[in-house]
Amino acid sequence: MPPVISIQGLTKTYASGFAALKGVDLDIRRGEIFALLGPNGAGKTTLISIVCGIVTASSGTVSADGHDVVRDYRAARTKIGLVPQELTTDAFESVWATVSFSRGLFGKPRNDAFLEKLLRDLSLWDKRKSRILELSGGMKRRVMIAKALSHEPEILFLDEPTAGVDVELRRDMWNLVLGLRDRGVTIILTTHYIEEAEEMADRVGVISKGELIVVEEKSELMKKLGRKQLTLNLAEPLVAVPPELADWAVTLAADGNELRYAFDANAERTGVPSLLRRMTDLGIGFKDLHTSQSSLEDIFVGLVSQKKDAA
Amino acid sequence: MGFNRRGVWAIYRFELARFGRTFLTSLITPAITTSLYFIVFGAAIGSRMTEIGGVPYGAFIVPGLMLLSMLTESISNASFGIYMPKWSGTIYELLSAPLSPFETVLAYVGAAATKSVLIAMVILATAHLFIDIDIVHPFWMVALLLLFAITFCLFGFVIGIWAKSFEQLQVIPLLIVTPLTFLGGVFYSIDMLPGIWRTVTLFNPVVYLISGFRWSFYGTGDVAIELSLAMTFGFLALCLAAVWLIFRTGYKLKA
Repeated sequence: MPPVISIQGLTKTYASGFAALKGVDLDIRRGEIFALLGPNGAGKTTLISIVCGIVTASSGTVSADGHDVVRDYRAARTKIGLVPQELTTDAFESVWATVSFSRGLFGKPRNDAFLEKLLRDLSLWDKRKSRILELSGGMKRRVMIAKALSHEPEILFLDEPTAGVDVELRRDMWNLVLGLRDRGVTIILTTHYIEEAEEMADRVGVISKGELIVVEEKSELMKKLGRKQLTLNLAEPLVAVPPELADWAVTLAADGNELRYAFDANAERTGVPSLLRRMTDLGIGFKDLHTSQSSLEDIFVGLVSQKKDAA
Repeated sequence: MGFNRRGVWAIYRFELARFGRTFLTSLITPAITTSLYFIVFGAAIGSRMTEIGGVPYGAFIVPGLMLLSMLTESISNASFGIYMPKWSGTIYELLSAPLSPFETVLAYVGAAATKSVLIAMVILATAHLFIDIDIVHPFWMVALLLLFAITFCLFGFVIGIWAKSFEQLQVIPLLIVTPLTFLGGVFYSIDMLPGIWRTVTLFNPVVYLISGFRWSFYGTGDVAIELSLAMTFGFLALCLAAVWLIFRTGYKLKA
C-alpha cells in the first residue's frame, strides 16, 4: 500500500538563515498514528506547516494521498485537517458559525447533521451558540479540533495537542484520536513528551535540530528509551568498586559517595533487587536511593551518537 | 474542483457578517457625514457660490463626497479584512485551505467592495434628500463606482498584507488618501485654482477619479473622461501587480 504522506529530501531555511529542516525523508502509512517526537525548536512545526501549505519548502517534495502539495494543492489540502499549536480563533464568532465556515472554506457542501455529530462528539453541542471568546481554553481547543475535522479530512495533523490541556480533555482527545483511527483517518501528532508518544502512537519519529534521527515502531523505540539509572547514596564512601559487584557494571561517583547502576526498566530482570541483596550481604550500607530516567535530551544525544557510530 | 466557490462564499459571508455587526454605524455614519457636508457646504457656503460648469454647487459636490467616503472605506475594510487573520493567527486556516490566490482575493475584495458600494449608495440617497440629482450617464456612473471600489479594495488588501500594526493600517487612508481626495476637487473645480496650483493638482491621482465620476453625473469634468479611465486602469493594474507579487513570493503571508 503506498504511503498516505510521502516526504522526500525536505529542507527549509528561513530568511533569517536558520535551517529548520535539513533533508527529511519520511513516509506515513495509511491509517496509523504517527508521533513526531522532539524538543522545542527541532523542526516539528515547520515540517507540519510545509505539508499543510503554510510554509514554503526550500527544497524537496511532499505528497498527500498521491497529490503533490504544491502542484496539486487543492486535492492535497482537501484531504488534510490541521490543529495548530496556538489557540487562534475568531473570538467574536459563534462555535457553530466558525465550524460551518471551516467546512465551506474547504469546499464541502453544507451538512448540518455531520457538524452536529462532530460538536456532540467533542462536547461542544451545548456551546454551539456561544461566542468563542466566552469559552475556556480547553473548550477553545475543542473548537480548533472541530474546525480541523469539519471537512472530513483523511489525514489529521495535531501540533502539540496536549500542551496546556487538562486531564479530562487529554483523555477525551485520546478517545477521539483512537475513534478517528478506527474510521481510517491517519493521524500525525507532534509532542515533546515521551509518555504521549508512548501512549498513543503506532510509530514514532524522533526529530532533532532539523534531522529525523530515527523512525521506528513504538515498541522498538521504547526499549531504547527505557534506560534508567539507579543512584545509591552510600553510608561510607568506597575507594573502588568491590569485585563482587562486577556483574552489575556499577560505577562510583561523587568521590566514592555514590554508586550508580544503569538498567533497562522494560527488561524482565532489571538486576536491581539482586544488586541490593548482594550489597546487603557485603555490608555496604546506603542512606538513600533514587532512580532517574534519562532526559529526552540525553536520549537524543544517545541516538545521534549511535547514528554517527553506525555511519 | 476547478473553482472553490463554497470557499469563496464562506469568506464573503464571513466578511459581510463582520460588517453586519457594525451595520448601523457603518451606514448611518456616512449618511450623517453627508448631511453635515450639505449643511455646511450646501446651505451655508453653497448659497453664496454660483454654479460650477452649469451645475448647482450642492449637486456639484455629490460625486466627490461619495468618493471621499468610499475610497477611505474601501481601503480600511479590505485592509482590516486580511490584517485581522494575520494578527489573530487564524490565517493558518486560510493558507491551509484549498483556495487559489485568485479565489482568496475575490472573496476578500468582493466583500469589501460590496460594502463600499453600499456606503456610496447611502450617500447618494442622503444627498438626494437635499437636492435634485440627474445622472447623465447612469451606466458609466455604476461602472465607475464598481471600478473604483474594486481598485481601492485591492489597494487596501495590499496594505493589509503589508501592515505590521493597526497604526500602519490607518496611515495610508488617513494621511494620504483623505488629503488627496480633499485636494482632488471634491468641493471645487480645479479650474478655480490659481495657475501654478492647477498644474500641481494634476499630479494628484484622485483628481482624475473625481473628474471622471463627475462626468458620469453631469457630462463634464476637469479632465477628459478617457484620461480619467486610463489613470484608473493604471492604478488598478498596479494593485493587481502588487497582489500577484504577494502571492508569487508569499510576502508576509508565508515563511
